[in-house]
Formats: sequence, structure tokens, C-alpha cells
Amino acid sequence: MINWIEKQRYIIDFTISSLLRRKVKNFGLLALYTLIVFILASTMFFTYSIKKEASLILKDAPEIVVQKIVAGRHDLLPVSYLDTIKNIRGVAAVESRLWGYYYDSLVSANYTLLVPPANGSSEDSAHLPTKATVVESESGVDTSKPLFELNGAVLEPGTLIIGNGIARLRNIGKGDYMPFRAFDGNVMNLRIAGVLSSQSELVSSDLMLITGEDFRKLFGIDKSYVTDLTVVVNNPSEIATVASKIKKRLPQARPIIRDEILRTYDSIFNWRGGMMIVIFSAAVLAFVIFAWDKASGLSAGERREIGILKAVGWETSDVIQMKFWEGAMVSLTAFFTGVILAYVHVFFTGSLVFEPALKGWSNLYPNFELTPFVNLEQLTTLFFLTVVPYTVATIVPIWRAATIDPDSAMRFTGD
Amino acid sequence: MRLKGFISIAIMRNSSLFFIYITSGAVLLSLLLVHASFSESAQQANLEEKAMLVKTLKLTDLCLFTEARYTRHLSQADLNTPFQDHPLSLEHFPSGSFTQAPERTGERP
Repeated sequence: MINWIEKQRYIIDFTISSLLRRKVKNFGLLALYTLIVFILASTMFFTYSIKKEASLILKDAPEIVVQKIVAGRHDLLPVSYLDTIKNIRGVAAVESRLWGYYYDSLVSANYTLLVPPANGSSEDSAHLPTKATVVESESGVDTSKPLFELNGAVLEPGTLIIGNGIARLRNIGKGDYMPFRAFDGNVMNLRIAGVLSSQSELVSSDLMLITGEDFRKLFGIDKSYVTDLTVVVNNPSEIATVASKIKKRLPQARPIIRDEILRTYDSIFNWRGGMMIVIFSAAVLAFVIFAWDKASGLSAGERREIGILKAVGWETSDVIQMKFWEGAMVSLTAFFTGVILAYVHVFFTGSLVFEPALKGWSNLYPNFELTPFVNLEQLTTLFFLTVVPYTVATIVPIWRAATIDPDSAMRFTGD
Repeated sequence: MRLKGFISIAIMRNSSLFFIYITSGAVLLSLLLVHASFSESAQQANLEEKAMLVKTLKLTDLCLFTEARYTRHLSQADLNTPFQDHPLSLEHFPSGSFTQAPERTGERP
């Protein structure tokens, strides 16, 4: 056994010396290979973590959201729909939602304005101060703070609670005023009552919590209309049935069930998506070029090397072992380096390389740290996708070269 | 004695250097897996808080892409919205190419 180990060590010593003789080619190959592993691993880590996080965060999203569709587009929903839906058997509760978008031309960003449920469900409650789920303005990340305090700031008419992304973008905080141009051209100045925590940015970066009264005043929405409805169903297994009943009774309504919301985020960053297929096709193409380079044959120098080795007494099996180690060394080095760099990239630098593409044309982008959902299964998949094909592609042409006569191998000059 | 140790490292065989590199890579990767496992438990409270915010405010979507309303609220977009110019038009917003049209089990709107 010790002899076998020592033999392998000598073969590895020789292989590394051989690789170092062609420094530029081999280091170039190693760098490109590492880059491919890095991109694939980063994509895998990022997509898996964001999908997993989405499924955990959105598990308590509304069971059914009911929208009204007119001419293929969303429309405001009459409050009278509430009673129609309440009468459907299996429905436990129906609540209205008031939300919309506001474009801030000062920073060219879209905000999501939302009336907290207790505020928008009934017009009477819109006049009452509502306990809001906020924390105080904060400058840095403080994990010890909760996302919201029950006895925190109070959202009342004339005030706002903003997401941390907006506070960062506009450089504003608690106590500051924000001007809004209402539907009739009048300017509404709303005071910021609090800022939602930075840890919640993945769901609240662009959120603005506002009272129902201010929301209606800002957008000129009549009290008999709301944006959409949320429905709570008694028996979770009847959600789809209730949704189809809603559709039957209100043909203009479009029910969206929680399962659909979760599946939407499960299919995000799917490999079929535009940018993803570009990343994957580039990686696959680069890998095919590698494999082709290896499988299509050896250079004249490599052939001569094999010929000399066989002439000095190396056996075919030794040559194959040498080439196996060559493939294994390059691919293992690329694998470890690529995967470690990918982990650091995704979970320590906030996906710095992907950031420009993820931000797109938006000015308001959430700063969030992904929870690293990484397991052995992902690493094994990556290993079999990258290391194994390369190592195999290295051995196959060597088998042909190693079995030929040393004399003809050394004479071979064509490439 | 120290000099001897230094010399022995300096003239270390290539195979030894390779195994040291691979071993340290494997150890580092294992440590990252341990880090992932610890972070997962440490972030549990944070995840629950976010889930609570979703529940309290009845939110439906993640704030991943704010550049268009159909990318901001992916699950709430109607099926024709992502293709506002033409059903076969190329995606207008960069982030739109990371996403797919919302899933629908029921009838099309």
C-alpha cells in the first residue's frame, strides 16, 4: 500500500512538473475553468437561497387575493364584492386591501403605498390611530432589534411609515416630511412616523404604510372602491374550490391563491429565463470547448512526451494514471477555488457580480443578506457537473495515445 | 532547527503542496457548510419576523425588482402585462428576464 501511495506521489510530482512546463496554457485553462465553476456555483447558491427564503417568508401570504379585471387590466374593486364573497360557503373572512404605486420623479423610483389591513378594511377605522409595526429610524444593521414593535410609532392621518430602502435613497428618517403630488395637483406633506427595519428589506424596501384616508386623498379613490380583497378560508384544502366559486359568482374577478404565489417564486430564476439561459449557455459552451480540446486529440508535444515516457519504461497504465491525475488536479483545484469564491460572493458580498443585472433599471433596490441555504446535495451536483466530465474527457484521448507504439508517437509531428 | 523546517517547506514536493491545497480547500468548504448551517439557525428569528410582516400587512410578493409593477409584484401581474408592447416582444426590463409569467391554475383573465 505504501509503495502504491509513493508511486502515485511520484506520478503527481511528475504531472505537476509537466503542467508547469506549459504554464501559460495550463494557468489560462485553470482560470477559465475556475470562472465557469464560480458562475455556476454562484447561480446555484443564489437561486436556491432566494427560492427557499421566498417559500419561508411567503408561507403566510393571503390564502386568496381577489382582483377585478376590466379589459385585461386590473381595476378598482367595488366594496359590494365583499358581501358576495362573504356569502360563499367555506369563507371565514374577507378583508379589503388598499395599495398602489407612486412614482417619485425626484429620484426616479417607484414606491409601493400600502394601507395596513386594520386601516383599510373599514372606513371607520381609517380615522382611528393605528398601532403600526415599525422600529425607530436606524443608521446601521442591528440584528438585536425586532422588525417591528407593537407599541412603536403610531400611524395616523398625515403620517407615513417608510421602508428602509426609501429612507436610504432619499436620505430621510423619522420626523422628516415627504411631499406628494396628489391626483388633483395639490401637494400633500406627510410626516415620517417611523422606518421599517433594514432586516426586512427583502419584503419592505420600497413600502410606504399610509392611512386609508390619506391614500384615498392622494389618489382620489372613492370610498366605495378598494384595490383588491383577501379571503380567509375555513378549511385550507378547500382554497381552490372557494377560488373557483368566487370566479363563478363574480366573472370579472380573478382569484389568486397562495399556492400560485409560492409557485411564482419557485419558478423565478428558472434556467429557461432569458438571463439565466445566457449564463448557462455560456458556461456550457466554454465547457464544451474544453472537452473538445481534450477529446479531439493531443498536441504534438504531448504525444512526444508520452512516446518518450513509454520508451524509458513507463507502462500504458502509468501514462493513463498520469493523465488522470492531470485532469483531477486541474478540475479539483478549479472546483474548490470556484465554489469557495462563489460562496463568499453570494453570502458575503451580496452577489456583487450579479448586482447590476439584478438591479436592472431600478434606482430603489433592497439591500438584503441572503440566508445561506447550502447543502451537500448542491455541492455533489456541482461536482458531478464539472469535475467528472472534465476528468473523463482527459482520459479518453490518452487511452488512444498511450496504446500506440512509442516510436511512432515520438515521430509524430503533425498537430 | 527553525531553518531546517523552513528549508523542508521550501523544498516540499509538488505532490505534498497539491495535497495540502486540496485538503485545505476541503476543510474550508466544510467550514463554509458549517457556517451555512449556523447562519440558517441564527437567521431563523429574522426569517420569522419577515414572515410575520408578510402576514400582518398581507403582503404577496418579495421586493426584489422595483423597476416595473409586474416585476415588483410578480404574483399579482396579469398575464399580458409583461408583454405590454406585443405578445412576442422582447422583455423590456432587465429583471424581467429572470422571471416568468405568473403561474395560473385557474382560467386566464
